[in-house]
Amino acid sequence: MRVVESINRALHDLMEANLRLVILGEDIIDPYGGAFKVTKGLSSAYRDRVWTTPISEGSIVGMAAGLALKGRPAIVELMFGDFIALAADQIINHAAKFRWMYNDQVEVPIIIRAPMGGRRGYGPTHSQSLEKHFCGVPGLTVLATHEYADPGALLHRAFASRSPHLIIENKVMYSRPVLGAAALPRPPDADIVILTYGGCVEHAVAAANKLSEEEEIATAVVAVEQLSPFPGEDILSQVGNCSRVIAVEEGSPGWGFASECARALIGRVKHFSALAGPDHPIPSSREWEDDLLPGVNAIQAACIDLFTRG
Amino acid sequence: MNEHAIRKDRDVPASSLGELRIVTTSALQNLALPKAGNTLLGFELPIEVRLYQQMMLIRLVEERLLDLFSQGLLFGTTHTSIGQEANAVGVVNALDRDRDIIWSNHRCHGHFIAYSGEVEGLIAEIMGRVTGICGGRGGSQHLCFRNFHSNGIQGGIAPVAVGSALARKDEGAVAVVFLGDGTMGEGAVYESLNLAAIFGAPVLFVIEDNEIAQTTPKNLTVSGSIVARAEPFGIRSFAYDGNDPVEICELAQEAVSYVRAESRPCWLYLRTERIGPHSKGDDTRPALRLEQARARDPIPPMRRRVANFEEIDAFCRSVVDRAVESAAAAAMARG
Repeated sequence: MRVVESINRALHDLMEANLRLVILGEDIIDPYGGAFKVTKGLSSAYRDRVWTTPISEGSIVGMAAGLALKGRPAIVELMFGDFIALAADQIINHAAKFRWMYNDQVEVPIIIRAPMGGRRGYGPTHSQSLEKHFCGVPGLTVLATHEYADPGALLHRAFASRSPHLIIENKVMYSRPVLGAAALPRPPDADIVILTYGGCVEHAVAAANKLSEEEEIATAVVAVEQLSPFPGEDILSQVGNCSRVIAVEEGSPGWGFASECARALIGRVKHFSALAGPDHPIPSSREWEDDLLPGVNAIQAACIDLFTRG
Repeated sequence: MNEHAIRKDRDVPASSLGELRIVTTSALQNLALPKAGNTLLGFELPIEVRLYQQMMLIRLVEERLLDLFSQGLLFGTTHTSIGQEANAVGVVNALDRDRDIIWSNHRCHGHFIAYSGEVEGLIAEIMGRVTGICGGRGGSQHLCFRNFHSNGIQGGIAPVAVGSALARKDEGAVAVVFLGDGTMGEGAVYESLNLAAIFGAPVLFVIEDNEIAQTTPKNLTVSGSIVARAEPFGIRSFAYDGNDPVEICELAQEAVSYVRAESRPCWLYLRTERIGPHSKGDDTRPALRLEQARARDPIPPMRRRVANFEEIDAFCRSVVDRAVESAAAAAMARG
C-alpha cells in the first residue's frame, strides 16, 4: 500500500465510523479527488459530508472550527501546505485557543492536512515546509507523517484526540510504499543517530544504509512523528548513549526542528550538527532544488564530518 | 432589498415590572435544571419593560466597569457598548436562547448580558477572578457561556459562525455574528458571506455601525455602502436606523425567522452610536460629534415608555452592586 492509499483508507474508515464527520477543502470531490488524490472516492461514498470549497483557506479552517465546536468534527485539506499562511489567524487565534480560553467548556476536534515539501519543481510558493511556524502554538498538535510508520494510523490517532491537529504530509511521499518501522535502520550501539521527520526520512534512511555499508559507520534513523509539542523525552531515550547526533529537516534553517532537537539534547551528546533547506525561497529549477534540499549525499557527508570530529 | 428605515412614535404602554426577585448568578448555578433565562432578564415582563431592564443592566454594568478602571481595580482593557444597548437586547431577544448560537466581538458585554444575564460571571471574569465565566482565562473579550462565544480578533469569528450554524442547522438553530463598521476591512467577512451563501448556512450577520473604528471615522475606512455589502452574494439584507430596541427586536425577529425557515444567511445592518470611548479615555471625537451621539442614546426615550423605570433602575443597580461585591470577594485566578 502506498502512503496516499493509507491516508485515503483512513479517511474512508473515519467517515464510515463517524456520521457527523465532515471533510472539506478545495477540489476534493470526484472525479478529481484532490490535487494529490488523497480524497479520491470520498465524495462518491459520502456525498453529503465531503464539501468542495471556494478558495478561502482562512475561512475554510474557521468554518471547520465552528463545525467542530458545535458537534461536527472536521478534516480540512489544504491543497498545498504553503497556503496555510492564509489560515494562520484561524489556527492560532481561534481553533487552537478556544478550548483553553473558554475554560475547557468546549472542544475543537479538527484536523488540518497540509501537503508540504519540495523536490517536485513547484517553485517558491508551492514547495515549502512551513510547519515550524505552527510548532509551539499552544493548543495545536503538529504531526508529520512518513512511510516508516502507518500514515493512516496517525490520522486515526489525531482524530481520537478530539483536539486541533495539523498533519504535515509530504508530496513526494504520497507515492511511496508504506514500509513500517521495522525498515528503519536501528543498529545497536550506533555511531551516529539521525533525527529527522517527514519527507527527509527516506533520504536519511538511504544515507544511513550507505554509511553502514560503505564507511562502516553504524547509523540509526529516528523518524519523529510528533513535531509539536516537541517530544523531547522520547527523543532522548531514542538517542540513548550515542554521542553524535545530526538533525535533518527540509525547511529553512534556524528556529526549527534542529533547534528543538538541540534543546532536548543539551548536555547529553558530544557532537551535534544540523542540515536544513536554504535560507532563501526554493527555486523552481529541479536540479538546483536537489542541490539545496538535504538529500542522501549531503546527509552522508554531514555524518562523515560528524564522525571524524571524534 | 428590504429597507427598514423607520422611526415610529409609540404610545407609552401601561407596563408593570412584575414580581422582582433578585437572583444572583451563584444562586442560579444551584438550580436543579439550569436553563437559559431568569428574572434578571425579565422574561415575564412586557417587551418594552423587558428590553428596558436589559438595557439598563448593560448600561450600569459597563458604567461600573469604567468606574472600576478609573479606580485602578481592573487591568488590561475593556470595550464598552454604551449607546449600543438597543442592538444587543433587540437582536438577542429575537433568538431562541436554548438552541441559537451567538458569536460576538471585542465589544461583547451587552450581547453577553442580554443572552445570559450572568452579570456576576462577567464582572468576575473582567476582574480576573476564579468565579469568572471563563475562570479568569478569557477576560473582557473572550467569553463563553452555553452557546455564546466571543473573541478579540476582528472578523475572525465570521467563518467560525458559519461553521457553527452549519453544525446545528439540522436542529433548526440560527447563528448570529456581531460585526461592526470597522470590521468591514477584514477579508474574512467577505469569505464568510460567500461560504454562508454557497453552503446555505443559517447565519444572521449583524452589523453595528457606530461610524467609528477605535478613533478612526468611518469615512476614512469604509468605501461604498455597508448596507449593500451582502447583496452581491445573493444575501437578503435589512437595514435600520433608529436605536429603538423594540423595533430592532421586531426586525431581528423577521430576519431570524427568514434565516431559520429558509436556512439562508441574512445581513442585518443597524446604525447606532457609541457614546463612550473605544476602550478607556481614548475618545478623540469633537464635542459636537459626541453631542450628536448622546442625542441618540436609546435609554431616555424608553423611560418615557416604561412607567416604573426608576424601580427597574434601582433593581439593576442592586444587581450590579451585589455582583461587584461578590466578584471582589472571590479569589484572583492564578491557574
